[in-house]
Amino acid sequence: MTQVSMTVNGKTVSGEVEGRILLSDYLREDLRLTGTHIGCDTSQCGACVVHVDGKAVKACTMFAAEAEGAEVTTIEGMANPDGSLNTIQQAFQDHHGLQCGFCTPGMVMSAAALLEENAKPTEAEIRDYLEGNICRCTGYHNIVKAIMAASGQDVSAIAGE
Amino acid sequence: MPKDHGIGASPMRREDVRFLTGRGKYTDDIALQGQAHAVFARSQVANGVITSIDTSEAEKMPGVLAVFTGEDFVDVGGNPAGWQINSRDGEPMKEPKRPVLAHGKVRHVGDAYAAVIAETEEQARDAAEAIVAEIDEQPAVVDMGAALKEGAPLVHDEIGTNQCFDWGWIEDNRAATDEAIKNAPHVTTLELVNNRLVPNAMEPRASTADYDPGTGDYTLYTTSQNPHLTRLLISAFVLGIPENKLKVVAPDVGGGFGSKIYHYGEEALVLAAAKKIGRPVRWTASRSESFLTDAHGRDHVTKIELACEKDGTFIAFRTETMANVGAYLSNFSTATPTFLHGTLMAGNYAVPNVYVNVKAVFTNTAPVDAYRGAGRPEATYSLERVIDMAARELGIDPLDIRRRNFVQPDQFPFTSAAGLEYDTGNYGALVDKLEEMIDRKGFEARRKASEKNGKLRGLGVNTYIEACGIAPSNLVGVLGSRVGLYDAATVRVNATGNIAVMVGAHSHGQGHETAFPQVVAGMLGIDENSVEIVHGDTSKIPFGMGTYGSRSLAVCGSAVVRATEKVINKGKKIAAHMLEASEADIEFADGQFSVAGTDKFVGFGDVALKAYIPHDFPLEEVEPGLEETAFYDPANFTYPAGAYACEVEVDPDTGKVTIDRFAAADDFGNVINPMIVSGQVHGGLAQGIGQALLEHTTYDADGQLISASYMDYAMPRADDVPFYSVDHSCQTPCTHNPLGVKGCGEAGAIGSPPSVVNAVIDALQSGGHSNVTHIDMPLTPSRVWSAMNS
Repeated sequence: MTQVSMTVNGKTVSGEVEGRILLSDYLREDLRLTGTHIGCDTSQCGACVVHVDGKAVKACTMFAAEAEGAEVTTIEGMANPDGSLNTIQQAFQDHHGLQCGFCTPGMVMSAAALLEENAKPTEAEIRDYLEGNICRCTGYHNIVKAIMAASGQDVSAIAGE
Repeated sequence: MPKDHGIGASPMRREDVRFLTGRGKYTDDIALQGQAHAVFARSQVANGVITSIDTSEAEKMPGVLAVFTGEDFVDVGGNPAGWQINSRDGEPMKEPKRPVLAHGKVRHVGDAYAAVIAETEEQARDAAEAIVAEIDEQPAVVDMGAALKEGAPLVHDEIGTNQCFDWGWIEDNRAATDEAIKNAPHVTTLELVNNRLVPNAMEPRASTADYDPGTGDYTLYTTSQNPHLTRLLISAFVLGIPENKLKVVAPDVGGGFGSKIYHYGEEALVLAAAKKIGRPVRWTASRSESFLTDAHGRDHVTKIELACEKDGTFIAFRTETMANVGAYLSNFSTATPTFLHGTLMAGNYAVPNVYVNVKAVFTNTAPVDAYRGAGRPEATYSLERVIDMAARELGIDPLDIRRRNFVQPDQFPFTSAAGLEYDTGNYGALVDKLEEMIDRKGFEARRKASEKNGKLRGLGVNTYIEACGIAPSNLVGVLGSRVGLYDAATVRVNATGNIAVMVGAHSHGQGHETAFPQVVAGMLGIDENSVEIVHGDTSKIPFGMGTYGSRSLAVCGSAVVRATEKVINKGKKIAAHMLEASEADIEFADGQFSVAGTDKFVGFGDVALKAYIPHDFPLEEVEPGLEETAFYDPANFTYPAGAYACEVEVDPDTGKVTIDRFAAADDFGNVINPMIVSGQVHGGLAQGIGQALLEHTTYDADGQLISASYMDYAMPRADDVPFYSVDHSCQTPCTHNPLGVKGCGEAGAIGSPPSVVNAVIDALQSGGHSNVTHIDMPLTPSRVWSAMNS
């Protein structure tokens, strides 16, 4: 067992973990932050994307012990301080960018990382960036549209209700 | 000005907030006090005789609480098929038992033969690996043609054949269809494969069971599209737990697409284990397990013939299909290739002769069952590919040949040559709309521009019709269904006027929590936000059949309407008492009960309060309370239809296909929430495009699943698809349900594969590859390049 300590959504947490425990499992099972989802076992689906020291990371690609001392943000830490949806979350709701909601936390975390890097991404840049996030429900149309809207772009010409 | 509430409006989805903030509650998110973990030992061979299973080492491993094998379930029932199909000779289908855990034999890679329950998942996994199973590997059958040959290895020895059934539809039309084809001026023949797919809901299957030894009550939390159906199967067929002692809860469910309709053995195992160890037992599939054991979809090998006049008038369609059912019959597996496929083989067309023969085949592969569209994509693909091929052979425009054969608006209700009665439709209007959406007039200019860039551009079109709103019980009963396919709703008006609506349908992405209140609030003239939907818990909701077959709104929504009507009628009795008027004189509109011809009225909220404070009720005339239940059984299927177009560019150097634009014009009848409807179409389109270009489930000759991860199975990613153009303004409302709705959940997946393939063939033909008349899906760069260079 290894002792780990990290900051998750602004709070310091610590505990003992087996060396083989992934960050995704630590967040879900030990911290009960179940918004980080596990949709595959090969680090392809992106449902578990979180931010580690400001960078988007698939939480299944690192051990919990590797996050020692890190600043981790999960979907539970993304809303505005007053609890309201942040700009990206609100855009997903406004533009119906989610259906079953399972890939959604990873999509929002990836979108936030993208907009941090690139404030006004083109459609092609968004689609390219989301290569590591799989959604089976939306056909991506409204996800891409929501991210464009969240970055302040006019999406009224893009088809859809 | 778009409406902001009620029927036809697109209010933002209320369920989104919890999903966007990480507060959804999916099965694997539920942690019960003291829960243990289950891990399954699964066959690594496709066909084998179990000679021994030694669990002694595993039982001694740290944290292990119990180990189960097939031996533990020999005295319980099997997981049944929900639909009995009879072969052409009248013989019932072959129906081998599907046990909770494999016993005696394993029949596909991933077939579970043992399970370990331990304190932690890691301990259970370690112990499962310590189980020593002696399995004598036998030759496997994977290919359907080979499985039907004399002397082929048998998947189920006891039935003596790998053929489940040999079904004809409509058998009485066989001779006339054969004759029509023999005498036809033109016959186009196409042999094709409808590729095997894995549904791949992003949430893997998961089940957690709890048992209360004090009461003998079981609770099963599970990833289900239909908790009552799951309970019924477990109670009546598998474990025999009385229905009143088993609660099945399907909480937030992360997509289904058909794969979560069915009852799976893991659900029974965790229930039995929870009772045995006296603690909750949790299991969640890995993605690899999902690939190996979720019911797969499609997998037909088909020959279709279209006979027509030289002017393109259709005379007959004749189809012969082999449909893979895998190693065991999943619950809807026998209905999918038959009554959800054969009955649609007249398409949107007034063709006089249709005959379909389907042979269902057992193989040493995962079970195959309904996946989004379920039989109707297979029908649409066969029809719309062979029509396109015929149009090309006859030199007729692909839309014109379809227009020439459409059932015309004045012919409805129309009984198709495949036996269904289409209630409404206007297929010509859909095609007109499609041409506008895709800018067909501009196509030639775009093609020239592509040619300048060294690319081949093609335009593919198709239409589709589907049978949704599954299903009228009296009709499906005649056709072999072993269940009724009604749905149910309870509208409970609370004393303070807010409302809980308990529905049998289940939402796993479809937005019922938002759309159903639009219906109820619209009828009652109240605020949508005062209506709450309750679903997914058999202890709270009436007995409904869940969500699949684009049925939620058409069937369960109709039950909601009926229950709300009953509430209004009860409210009239109460209002009559309050207003000292005759019940016959009470009218209800805009949230108010009024006495006709007077200015006397009471509000809905006042009536609700009165219902629960009946101090002065005439109790012999009206009971207290305001709560009503309705069961709704549809009179017919609904018949959504559409016209789709895809424009592609093909890179002749690599064979890579890029979708430039995609347009979908659908007739869903009346639309309750246009935003949700468009979203449903978008998702279906991506799945259809995935089938056409990317997705393929591959078993090798030994029955090993080669494509068992996201590194090997090509799921559509964001950069594989374009923005779609979708429209549902062509509306011919359903004539037999109270909302006039038809269902939209499967359309995109049904309608899109043929237009993608038709577009690629068009591109290659325009590039001089006139010998390329068909390529089987998925149209990968390798397949397209090979076809061009063959």
